[in-house]
This record gives sequence, C-alpha cells and structure tokens, in this order.
Amino acid sequence: MNSSIGNRYGSAVFTLPSDNEILVTREFDAPANLVFDAWTTPDLVKRWWAGDRGEVTEAQIDLRIGGRWRWVMTANGGFEVAFSGEYREIDRPHRLVRTEVFEMFPDAEAVSTITFDESNGVTTLRILGHYPSQEHRDAAIASGMEGGLQTSLDELERLLLQAA
Amino acid sequence: MARTPTTTDAFNAVSEGSRRGLLDALGTGEATVGDLVDRLGLSQPQVSKHLAVLRAVGLVSVRVDGRRRWYRVNGPALQPVYEWVRSFESTWNNRLDRLDDVLGELQTKEELT
Repeated sequence: MNSSIGNRYGSAVFTLPSDNEILVTREFDAPANLVFDAWTTPDLVKRWWAGDRGEVTEAQIDLRIGGRWRWVMTANGGFEVAFSGEYREIDRPHRLVRTEVFEMFPDAEAVSTITFDESNGVTTLRILGHYPSQEHRDAAIASGMEGGLQTSLDELERLLLQAA
Repeated sequence: MARTPTTTDAFNAVSEGSRRGLLDALGTGEATVGDLVDRLGLSQPQVSKHLAVLRAVGLVSVRVDGRRRWYRVNGPALQPVYEWVRSFESTWNNRLDRLDDVLGELQTKEELT
C-alpha cells in the first residue's frame, strides 16, 4: 500500500464553481475514516496542514457541534497565519461542515464543507468553501497564497500593489 | 482584501460571470459582437458593455476589418490572474501532499500492528 505514496503528488484540482465558492478536490489512497481523522485530530493536523511552508504551532479542535477550532501556522518567513471557526456538522467519516475565518480578515467568514467519499479504497476529498461574497472569496484565495509566501514573494507584491 | 471598486484591473474584470463567459467564448477564436450575442444569449448592449470593460483592462483586443470589428482574447494580460490562482492551488497541493504522506505512514503502522 505504501508503494503508492507520492503517486498523487500535485494532483489537487482547484476550481471556482460559482462567484463565491472555491472547490479543492484531491484523491487519497486511504480509507475515508483515516482521511477524516487526519482533519479532526490535532496531532495529525500538525503534521500536514502547513505543508512545507512552515510549521503548525497550534491545532485546537473541539469536535462537537458548536465546538471551536483554531489552527495556526508560522510560515517560513516568520509571520503567523491563523484560521479559526466552529463546527456545524460532524458525520464521521463522510462529512464535516465548519465555519472558517482567516483571522487577518475576520469579516470574511466562510462555511467550509469537507466531504470524504471512499470508493475501492480511494477517498475523494472535496473542500468546498462558500464565502459571503465574491470579494471575500478573492481575499481567501489571496490568503491561501500567503501561506506560500516564501516561494511567492513576487506574486504577493504584485497582488498588494494591485489591491492598494 | 480591499480592492478598488471600479474595474481597473484584470482581477476585477474577470470577477463578473458574464465577462468570464465572454472570455471563454473568445477563447476559441475571434468573434464579432453579433457572434457573441448569439452564443451567450446576452443582449447586444450587455455584450458591448462587458467588452468595453475587458478592453479597458487589456484582456480583449479588437481588430477592425472593413465594417466589422473582431474581438479576441489577449492572453498575456490574463497571466497575473492565472498566477494568482495557481499560487493558491500550489499551496493546497503542497499541503495535501503532506496529508498524503501522513496517511501513508498511518496505514503502514496499521499494517504492522
């Protein structure tokens, strides 16, 4: 089973299904309960959420309806990126709905619906972010970019110039 | 992220659904306003209005051929938008590749126990 590790690198598909939504889709060679746990267990979140762009310094998860979550990463550039929100639906291992705020833009609360569909040992992960407006969604795309700042300084600079 | 309310750059120009539809339609080749009206089911004034916005930010250029005006997409002007989105995608790819690693390790452990 381990032989498949790495085969799917870079295969996440990013689409904008409507003016105020973002959808990220990715398949994993793992059962849905494991993928679900990787999203809902602090010690596991700490191992992947920052990618190579930094380190997860906080992964609070109070996994119950109305429970809060707060994930913080310190990017390689030294700055902190914090997301937080509240759990709205928990249906292990199929579906997780949570509110989500990028704390630098606290007004832009999104509702994120994360689904885990397993078929023949492959789990399709879908992260659908629903934003209050298109402007908020675009800001979220920009925030995702800040996590990758180390490799994207030029692009950030251009974005900031355009946003100014 | 504050952005100028008026359509002054490519980001704003593509933020409107009809204009993305126009860009899609023009992606297959040059077209006149009449072609675009037929293809998109928008009114002629709507198409002209959106084309004017796209032209103002350089996403669409026009070629005059006698009495006809042919519109087409100006690819390089879309590059900043493309890169902006690509950067987000790359952040998520990087993150989910790490998740892939974690899942692989967890499964190896399960097999051992």
